[in-house]
Amino acid sequence: MNEPDTLGASLTRTGISRRSFLKFCTAMASLMALPPSAAYAMADALQRTQRQSVIWLSFQECTGCVESLTRSFDPTLEQMIFEMISLDYQHTLQAASGTAAESAREQAMKASYGKYLLIVDGSIPTKDGGVYSTVAGISNYDMLVETAKGAAAIVSVGTCSSYGGIPHANPNPTGAVAVTDIIKDKPVMNVPGCPPIPSVIAGVLAYFVTYGKLPELDHLNRPKVFFADTIHDRCYRRPFYDQGKFAKTFDDEGARNGWCLYELGCKGPTTYNACATIKWNGGVSFPIESGHGCLGCSEPNFWDKGSFYQPLPTPLADNAPVIAAATLGGIAVGTVAAVVSRKHQADIGTKEGK
Amino acid sequence: MNAPTNRVIVDPITRIEGHLRIEAETDAAGMITRASSAGTMVRGIEIILRGRDPRDAWAFAQRICGVCTLVHGIASVRAVEDALKYEIPANAQLIRNLMIAAQFVHDHVMHFYHLHALDWVDVVSALKADPKATSELAQSISGYAKSSPGYFSDVQKKLKGFVEGGQLGIFANGYWGHPAYKLPPEANLMAVAHYLDALAWQRNVAQLHAIFGGKNPHPNFVVGGVPCAISIHPGSNEPGASSGATSLNIVGLQKVQDIIHQMRDFVDQVYVPDTLAIAGFYKDWFKQGEGVGNFMTYGDFPEKGMADPASFLIPSGVILNRDLSTIHPVDLNAEDQIQEYVAHSWYDYKDGKNKGLHPYAGETELNYTGPKPPYAQLDVDQSYSWIKSPRWKGHAVEVGPLARVLMLYAKGHEQTKELVGMALKKLDLPVTALYSTLGRTAARTLESKVIVDAMQTWYDNLIANIKSGDVRTFNEKMWDPSQWPATAKGVGHMEAPRGGLAHWIVIKDGKIDNYQAVVPSTWNAGPRDAQGQEGPYEAALKGHQLHDPKQPIEILRTVHSFDPCIACAIHVTDPEGEELIKVKIR
Repeated sequence: MNEPDTLGASLTRTGISRRSFLKFCTAMASLMALPPSAAYAMADALQRTQRQSVIWLSFQECTGCVESLTRSFDPTLEQMIFEMISLDYQHTLQAASGTAAESAREQAMKASYGKYLLIVDGSIPTKDGGVYSTVAGISNYDMLVETAKGAAAIVSVGTCSSYGGIPHANPNPTGAVAVTDIIKDKPVMNVPGCPPIPSVIAGVLAYFVTYGKLPELDHLNRPKVFFADTIHDRCYRRPFYDQGKFAKTFDDEGARNGWCLYELGCKGPTTYNACATIKWNGGVSFPIESGHGCLGCSEPNFWDKGSFYQPLPTPLADNAPVIAAATLGGIAVGTVAAVVSRKHQADIGTKEGK
Repeated sequence: MNAPTNRVIVDPITRIEGHLRIEAETDAAGMITRASSAGTMVRGIEIILRGRDPRDAWAFAQRICGVCTLVHGIASVRAVEDALKYEIPANAQLIRNLMIAAQFVHDHVMHFYHLHALDWVDVVSALKADPKATSELAQSISGYAKSSPGYFSDVQKKLKGFVEGGQLGIFANGYWGHPAYKLPPEANLMAVAHYLDALAWQRNVAQLHAIFGGKNPHPNFVVGGVPCAISIHPGSNEPGASSGATSLNIVGLQKVQDIIHQMRDFVDQVYVPDTLAIAGFYKDWFKQGEGVGNFMTYGDFPEKGMADPASFLIPSGVILNRDLSTIHPVDLNAEDQIQEYVAHSWYDYKDGKNKGLHPYAGETELNYTGPKPPYAQLDVDQSYSWIKSPRWKGHAVEVGPLARVLMLYAKGHEQTKELVGMALKKLDLPVTALYSTLGRTAARTLESKVIVDAMQTWYDNLIANIKSGDVRTFNEKMWDPSQWPATAKGVGHMEAPRGGLAHWIVIKDGKIDNYQAVVPSTWNAGPRDAQGQEGPYEAALKGHQLHDPKQPIEILRTVHSFDPCIACAIHVTDPEGEELIKVKIR
């Protein structure tokens, strides 16, 4: 087989113009809130190198995370896997099965040792020697440890690999844990969400391909650019919250007028994610816009925080001094609650990371 | 014990959902004499569901699978509604039908192009195609606009650059050049082009779920209706009535209409013609891969609500031994009809491993007795899978597209009869050709046509309701758990893309007391039962002649024809609580 091409040579060969390629890089840079010059940096970086080798391991998962990635509009999955990365092992998409698939993983590990990006979706069962999930007869735990050794960095895609997710929910029958509970000696980025927003997965991949490192992370190892604000802070229904206008059922006048879903259990105030700004599926909607409260699916332990329809115990307001206390029947309000919420998050993060 | 045989092990089976392992024993000539299907991952979602608010269950259940992302959400809200005798408004029923139908068409197209196609399409051979001849081929089978020589030449150039660049990515180590690939280079190139087109198409049509459910994968649902308020206020001038406040506004509804058109066009112009064209080169695959010969459907797409099965587009029933003249009725509540067995699964029952249990009385005790990982081989005479073996009155039955098409055909559904007749005529095959690997694949395509055509009526009815002033999407009557009976039980069923799906729920004092899902891939991928009866995958693989045991493409073809969804297939209920779980490792 020939020596692999650089991406630039490959793009020329495949007839993709620098202009359309730059357009793609600009979109990525803007998504990641990088300065315009970053598009050129990205374009140059991408053209110099071979496509970034990516090994994707799927453990206790539902395939929703990779399905989500296929719904990415900019870049598209086609652009990613044919122009940006070399997806060398990914169960849902790869042609090879069985030993041919496993040798694809081994070949990629050998060829790009120390350089490949490892993506993980799904939690890892640790109880009883890991018998609750195996691939090719190998426990998920062993496969993770083995494959992580030669990885430049690891991206945990989805709430299951980031925090344990639904398998970790009480009573956690299989002893499911997150990647960071096992791997301590590699940079690990968490991209939570059940599933994560497609553009967020794509954006962080493009960043790694460009700069060869993970973007800036917060205290829960999440890329800051996508997880800095709560959904509530950026929600288009926020003015109704501030005015004390709440939907009481899923199809009353308030619901049809787009009033706040707080009383129907919306977890937007305690959920850090970009759904309200980037939105979903090419921007056509996001859960609150359609009319269901946020489940809080990118938060640690969101499955165990009570009913999805139970209103949050305290109205939370960072910057809404004039809150509709009267409407809420005099429930205590204040900025403290949001601070508490952030602290609560940090606590959970610590606990998760044990 | 059997005489020593060669064993061909395929693990991981890729291009599916979940973790599946096949161990096939072959004779000296390479013919499969016994196949064993093993699910190798378990999470225990039903254990996790116990004690929770039944209104929350859909969100947990939905995470059983992110590919058929809607089906467990629907089955779950239907189970709770059945238990509480909770009616939903007409608009909610129409919106659910549209969402289920969109899931079917999206899922089936993706299965054909992205999961199944590479079993029949040699990507590398496409490099040898003449773009002009490819264009002629494409135009001879369809009026699809993207069919110029330039279009195929661009795709080929892209593919050439990719292959010659030396980094094959997802195409690395495929069985390219295997003599089982029969398509001429032009047909391969056309299929590769449509692989890429289908990726773009699926991204667009998934937006239908996002408009109604806020996102896809994992759109939102709600017990008692749908969680998407209609922000159109016909004839209203009242202050505060702001049209466009939710995604279900004029623009959103127009988008839904556009997507229905896009779905229909792709099915008509690409999916159906491609299926028939590719199948024409593989007629020997219409003679093998049948499976158990028994078929079951639960029925779906109600016109008048779940309580009126006569109004379902897809009828329910059981067909035994290919006898289309007798449709046996299915009763999901009857204790002696649907039962699950664990004789070869890593679970124990209190009264022994050979008993069958109805899902309401279902019990599960995880009891892993397989080899300690890493292992090379399972002991398939003992327990070998996390999947149970469900049976209908003791029969192993196949569920899914083939079962549905046979049921529609047997019940005289006109469009189905026409479609089946058209396909068989084009391929010059008898009706019995349906009982096969490619019969199953073709049935998936044909039912997509039936379902996509039905979408327009549901959409028109929804629009008509809104125009007449009916914007109800939710029934709040039973929302408050204080109005519920102290105990209730119910079953929610549906047709999922991979077959009949049902969730059984027992509610006690407003909480989930027991929850059990028996899903399509449990029926199809389950191991042998106490009587030694094989599951449908296992039966279908028997008799396959492997050209090269090191490249068992024949196994992939038949297993993929079922469209496995293994995370779905494995489920755990434990009525006694966590402490029952014990594991023996030897």
